Amino acid sequence: MNKYFRADRMPHMWCPGCGIGTAVNAFVNALDKSGIDQKKLAVVSGIGCTGRVAGYINADSFHTTHGRAIPFAAGLKAASPDTKVVVFSGDGDLMSIGGNHFIHAGRKNMDLLVICVNNLNYAMTGGQVSATTPLTAITATAPYGSFCEPFNLPYIAEATGAVYVARWTVYHVREMQKAIGEALKKKGFCFIELISPCPTLFERRNKMGSGLTRLKFYKENAIVENGADTKKTTLELNKPFIVGKFVDVEGRQTYLDAMNKYYDEKFQCDLNYMTYKGVRSSYNIEEECEGCQND
Amino acid sequence: MKADPRGVLTGIHYLDGDHAACEGALAAGCRYIAGYPITPSTEVVERYASRIPCVGGIFMQMEDEIASSIAIQGAVWAGAKAMTVTSGPGFSLMMEHIGLAVMTEVPCVFINVQRGGPSTGLPTLPAQSDMMQARWGSHGDYEMIALCPNSAQECFDLIITAFNLSERFRTPVMFMMDECIGHMTEKVVIPKAEEISITPRQYTKKSPIEYKAYEPIKDLIPEMAPIGKGYNFHITGLTHDEKGYPAMNEETQHKLVTRLMDKIRNYKKEIIIIEEEYLDDAEVVVMSYGITSRVAEKAMIDARKEGIKVGKARLKTVWPFAEEYVFELSKKVKAIIVPELNAGQIVREVERAAKGNCEVISVPHLGGAVHKPSVIFDAIKRGANRGK
Repeated sequence: MNKYFRADRMPHMWCPGCGIGTAVNAFVNALDKSGIDQKKLAVVSGIGCTGRVAGYINADSFHTTHGRAIPFAAGLKAASPDTKVVVFSGDGDLMSIGGNHFIHAGRKNMDLLVICVNNLNYAMTGGQVSATTPLTAITATAPYGSFCEPFNLPYIAEATGAVYVARWTVYHVREMQKAIGEALKKKGFCFIELISPCPTLFERRNKMGSGLTRLKFYKENAIVENGADTKKTTLELNKPFIVGKFVDVEGRQTYLDAMNKYYDEKFQCDLNYMTYKGVRSSYNIEEECEGCQND
Repeated sequence: MKADPRGVLTGIHYLDGDHAACEGALAAGCRYIAGYPITPSTEVVERYASRIPCVGGIFMQMEDEIASSIAIQGAVWAGAKAMTVTSGPGFSLMMEHIGLAVMTEVPCVFINVQRGGPSTGLPTLPAQSDMMQARWGSHGDYEMIALCPNSAQECFDLIITAFNLSERFRTPVMFMMDECIGHMTEKVVIPKAEEISITPRQYTKKSPIEYKAYEPIKDLIPEMAPIGKGYNFHITGLTHDEKGYPAMNEETQHKLVTRLMDKIRNYKKEIIIIEEEYLDDAEVVVMSYGITSRVAEKAMIDARKEGIKVGKARLKTVWPFAEEYVFELSKKVKAIIVPELNAGQIVREVERAAKGNCEVISVPHLGGAVHKPSVIFDAIKRGANRGK
């Protein structure tokens, strides 16, 4: 597995008990089994703890701006269609500041695999409330508990039209790896949510114990229900929750495939096709335009 | 390198500035635009969306200007020449990604067809009030290249220069049009592809083992690596070392930011383009850019009829600012007149560069229309009446 990591960047910066490393490990194992050429892989991250993933994976990798990994990846994929583009980032990045990009990439069915490590708060900046913080959970900027319901990520992903939607926790190592492996093989907008502890901030503030305690919680409270209705995949503080593969559909055309198909069918383009509808078309300078030189 | 004939609509056309800028971008090899509709710039992407199937490239309308301004950077890393197009409010949304393009050295072009501001301001009416935003809008220290066309023909010609400069210096280039230039329809001559010179991207010839993503090779500029060839390069907006890895300390910051600024400062002569007329015996000089230079033309003709020795120095390159040029000029003339469609932005640069050697007269106009030539004429007259 060493070839998939930038050894000269180790040790990584994640805290003891954090699940991001486990998620990356699952990704790399899935990648190795997938047969995808490492050269043809691009990893794009935004900002945050999970945003640092791009910096550790030995591939063409891009650490972009906060919330904007998806549109960067969309441009990358458009101009290099044979690259497998994976967006690896956190809940604050992808779903809070970047939520608009997420839904539109799903709508367009951009051929991207989006892996979201959901640790229920903004960790890099010190544990503030995010779009996925459960109601009543305490964070640095919600000292009296969060006042609103969090996003249900699989539900949003399915609503945008994602062709593959799954959720696992970092306790579910094999399932995580299998899901990533399946999604790597699919074409279209794929979304995997990986729930992870943030023992330094979220778990500490909410008196949930260590990373290990949290893994035990996941083991006992994650209900595996493949094909579950994503309306039911909500996350409540310290309550059982659903994990599994929720969406895996075939046949939805990606944006680029639809575009290319249309262009191929409707345009017989060649170098001589040089007119533009709606504007006075050009004419040859030498043959017709002596008069124009005088004006 | 010569232009790819597929993108070159050779001939004589009757185009507005927006359409001409689109044709210029196509001729320059731009094969990816991500954009979001905004008046008065939308015609650029409308034409591009219509033209691109036959040229061979992609237009993607994004969810907002934030997405547009970073999608183009993804496309650049994937090998395309790319740009985005917007106007005031959208330009404000793009600022963070202009900084990213500076920091990660992404060659790309941003068109801003300026309209009146602040905020929603005057969507359909002209202004030149984003000139300082183009220079300073993103946070941090950096240098910027910004070009200002004053005709539809120049929208075509100068945007090719913009693309070439972006590749030469591996930096984003701002193409600062205004509503009048964008919507003014004029004759545009598009030459043959073989007459258009294009600066290709500088890809490394080193092997992946030898290659360092941010090692300056020539003229302080690092070479890019192609995607998908095993270079496994890493790009980050964090302060980074020559390998491209985050290195957040004083030394790396100083070295990196100094190089990013010097790669433009040290080569200003290659970047600065100024159109001059009647400067030999000029006592007063009108220094303008964009649409205002067209209005000033009339004022200068009138002034010369009255025997005032007035000359023209039109800034096609506004950033980096031609401060040495203005300093030399200020020693020879009584006054420099700076009309612009804003409260007086570039005039501050002129004052700074003139160092008190001559009178610098601001002729501001807050936008919504262009200056009346008589206002500029009066300023020329005031300048001419100063004792030297």
